[in-house]
Amino acid sequence: MTPAPTSESVLFGKLTFAALPFHEPILIATFAAVAIGGVGVLGAMTYYRVWGVLWRDWLTSIDHKKIGIMYVVLGLIMLLRGFADAVMMRIQQAIAHGGAEGYLPPHHYDQIFTAHGVIMIFFVAMPLVTGLMNYVVPLQIGARDVAFPFLNNFSFWMTAGGAILVMASLFIGEFAATGWLAYPPLSGIHASPGVGVDYYIWALQIAGVGTLLSGVNLVATIVKMRAPGMTMMRMPVFTWTALCTNVLIVAAFPVLTAVLALLSLDRYVGTAFFTNDFGGSAMMYVNLIWIWGHPEVYILILPAFGIFSEVVSTYCGKRLFGYASMVYATVVITILSYLVWLHHFFTMGSGASVNSFFGITTMIISIPTGAKIFNWLFTMYRGRIRFDVPMLWTISFMVTFVIGGMTGVLLAVPPADFVLHNSLFLIAHFHNVIIGGVLFGLFAGITYWFPKAFGFKLDPFWGKVSFWCWTIGFYIAFMPLYVLGLMGVTRRMSKFEDPSLQIWFVIAALGAALIAAGIAAFLWQLFVSFQKRESLLDVTGDPWDGRTLEWSTSSPPPAYNFAFTPVVHDLDAWHDMKKRGYVRPTEGFIPIHMPKNTWAGIVLAGISVVCGFALVWHIWWLVAASFALLLATVILHTFNYARDFHIPASEVIETERARTRLLASAKA
Amino acid sequence: MTATTFEAAHKDAALEKPDDGRVFFLKTEHHPENGTLLGFWIYLMSDCLIFAVLFACYGVLGRNYAAGPSGKDLFDLGLVALNTTFLLFSSITYGFAMLEMAKNRVGTTLFWLGVTGVFGAAFLGVELYEFHHLIHEGATPQRSAFLSSFFALVGTHGLHVTFGMIWLVTLMFQVAQRGLIPENRRRLLCLSMFWHFLDVVWIGVFTFVYLMGTL
Amino acid sequence: MATHAETPAHDAHGHGHGHDDHHHEGGGHHGTMRDYVTGFILSAILTAIPFWLIMGDVFRSPTTAAVVVLLFAVAQIFVHMIYFLHMSPKSEGGWTMLAMIFTVVLVVITLAGSFWVMFHLHANMTPGLHEMNGTTPLVQPENGAR
Repeated sequence: MTPAPTSESVLFGKLTFAALPFHEPILIATFAAVAIGGVGVLGAMTYYRVWGVLWRDWLTSIDHKKIGIMYVVLGLIMLLRGFADAVMMRIQQAIAHGGAEGYLPPHHYDQIFTAHGVIMIFFVAMPLVTGLMNYVVPLQIGARDVAFPFLNNFSFWMTAGGAILVMASLFIGEFAATGWLAYPPLSGIHASPGVGVDYYIWALQIAGVGTLLSGVNLVATIVKMRAPGMTMMRMPVFTWTALCTNVLIVAAFPVLTAVLALLSLDRYVGTAFFTNDFGGSAMMYVNLIWIWGHPEVYILILPAFGIFSEVVSTYCGKRLFGYASMVYATVVITILSYLVWLHHFFTMGSGASVNSFFGITTMIISIPTGAKIFNWLFTMYRGRIRFDVPMLWTISFMVTFVIGGMTGVLLAVPPADFVLHNSLFLIAHFHNVIIGGVLFGLFAGITYWFPKAFGFKLDPFWGKVSFWCWTIGFYIAFMPLYVLGLMGVTRRMSKFEDPSLQIWFVIAALGAALIAAGIAAFLWQLFVSFQKRESLLDVTGDPWDGRTLEWSTSSPPPAYNFAFTPVVHDLDAWHDMKKRGYVRPTEGFIPIHMPKNTWAGIVLAGISVVCGFALVWHIWWLVAASFALLLATVILHTFNYARDFHIPASEVIETERARTRLLASAKA
Repeated sequence: MTATTFEAAHKDAALEKPDDGRVFFLKTEHHPENGTLLGFWIYLMSDCLIFAVLFACYGVLGRNYAAGPSGKDLFDLGLVALNTTFLLFSSITYGFAMLEMAKNRVGTTLFWLGVTGVFGAAFLGVELYEFHHLIHEGATPQRSAFLSSFFALVGTHGLHVTFGMIWLVTLMFQVAQRGLIPENRRRLLCLSMFWHFLDVVWIGVFTFVYLMGTL
Repeated sequence: MATHAETPAHDAHGHGHGHDDHHHEGGGHHGTMRDYVTGFILSAILTAIPFWLIMGDVFRSPTTAAVVVLLFAVAQIFVHMIYFLHMSPKSEGGWTMLAMIFTVVLVVITLAGSFWVMFHLHANMTPGLHEMNGTTPLVQPENGAR
């Protein structure tokens, strides 16, 4: 059973020069571009002497706001990589018909669709969602930071470490060619003897540590650090959805960790968990990974629901309709998300009783989701709606998500699923909910909170361009896939024999081009807004007439968030304060107790990446050395007891005086 | 009536009466409750799910012997009873350490922590002996899905005990160095939860794997 | 410390600690000698009986034996939770209890769900399984010897 020993050197394991992709022109060109761009960026950073600032103020920072921004930056960078994969697939499928081979060999194509899925879920959606929660939640609950600031920094760097490992696989060796969940026996050592699956495993394990710890952190933060007076039923809805999402993270990610560990045991040690022989069961892997996988999609969508709730109530100038029902719906979804996992593999053959149970639970979960849609609609009803960019994303979400939800309920019917399983209909469905739900939500959230984070608004014109390109592009790109799926076209194909299908793929590729324009418009929007930041300036800290506490402090907030901890009397605490004519305190400031920056997070994550890389390539001495170093560093770090300091009252006074002057200038 | 009209109607009135009698800011330093113990507990709950997966694997694959040895052939319940005893004793000695900590006695706290460590080491010694014996007999983790899932479940518990031991020794150093300061007390309480949690998992292991495995 | 009563989460805000002693531990019930000794004795009994039941072959039916030892395990887990982990609805404002109940629900879903799903899979997809009874393996080994 033990895999046949291949030639491995003691010093470099399986790593040789052959692992570098000299024979792949596409990769060589990519590498050249990355290398030139990278050297340019590093050179510029050295020239402008930003290394010290970067290290002191960002990389070692334990400020939840900076960590949140770093998460979002990571997510946006990885979005470009994941989207590049998507475009490559769309082009390949648009040209490879009726005998044409296209430009991507099958093995390369397989890696691309795997990387696309893995990157988009783990390194785009997760960092963006976590980043927004990290930035916004402490501000919304009136806290100065999260419960465990050091862990927060460490979590970010572990997520980034996983992303680095995935990116390394592009140029050193290969990535998995198994699909984003790496089902065995295909991902077993016999069918995938290369390093691709190992890159997959260790990237997700390293990032998984970060995700789990940030989940623990935010749950503890929300439970323990709310401002006085903020009872559970006075929490902003985004905080509620963040709480439920992080509960799901804490409860679901260990399952992924365990099941990937078992897969790696099969691959490295030769155990028989998911093998075809010696009593293993590949379907047990599928069963277990979906116990993580289904809650995962709710981990992504719940915060998006929270963002839409905040946006709708802000831009309609009304309290959210049915706050309590929104909270209960969120909690119900949290629990139900654990009872539906089998609908991802109805065709496995568990029989009618099992399939019907999971089909029914899946249909039930659409009820609380539907209730939420009605809550948003009723909030808009007779509201004074301002059609700013976040509101546009929200409206587009409501239409798009309902379509995606209905195709989802269709797939929840087991007989229908037997026809549609593994077809492009499924691909269209989940892109419909993930783009139309999660991604639109993230764009709404980024546009909504951008002025809070940077002190100036995003340029609305380019935001609208981006919005329309994304929305129309989405429909053009994915509606053809519904059609193709209903015709029985399966997913993950690099070429098609039937030339009559080609037109649909060409349309889909045009949609992808439009989405590319949407992404370009978004990046251009960032640039233009930075250029025009003087005219887009937000001096009040409350550019949208917001309702929750994050808008009560300055934009960007000071390191300590709130000079005085706010006291909450009502839901929509900031709206309540404004309504009752609160008076901003301008004296009596006291020193503020804050956590200190630390090197430990980035160093520990760096060692973990080295350890992961060594494991991928079977460089055993390096595995042992880096693991020992990791353990030693953790122990050393626990001997550091001086982890906090006080911001002196004089500094607080100075910061708050500057804000007083700014507010006065805004009124004048 | 919508919130908008309500707001319009009351805005002017409210402005004349600043703060409306409500206190909106805490003028003294705000001390949120420390979240470490709760956070650690939540982490333990997530660990529970890792064990749940391993138990599920053992439950599903645990009778797939692939014509190899079964639990009945392999398990030595006497040894397991001995190991269970070690772990149970280590639990109560850790409890004694906590009681001493509450009385603020560094010396006796360290003593009971040391005793706990010895019982933990004894547990690990017996487990390593058992594993060595099994592998020597040809019952390796590669032999069958039953043995794979057995080694994974029992081994993961053993790994947890190992890391608990490393943590215990580190903490003993820190307590000796700095005494029972609040940070160290909190860390000892976390390790206490970890240690007792592992004992709870072991109840599942000896019942589900060993006792039911020999049936 | 041992008698330090737990303060409900929301009343705890702003009670004055010294600045240097900022990271005050969350209080809570840390148990008494009596708790630990009671827990230990109960655990010893609840461990000894199932070992005796299995090692002494007390039950003829393996199913009965399995159910009985499982019940003992559940009882002992409760003992550990109460006497060693000091679980109570009051500790940490009820959050630890809530977290634990939620986890127990998920563990039960994971275990029971996996067993149910995989049992039906094997029953439907593995030929020759229908002569199964309580003592034969759940799944027939697919291959012979190595």
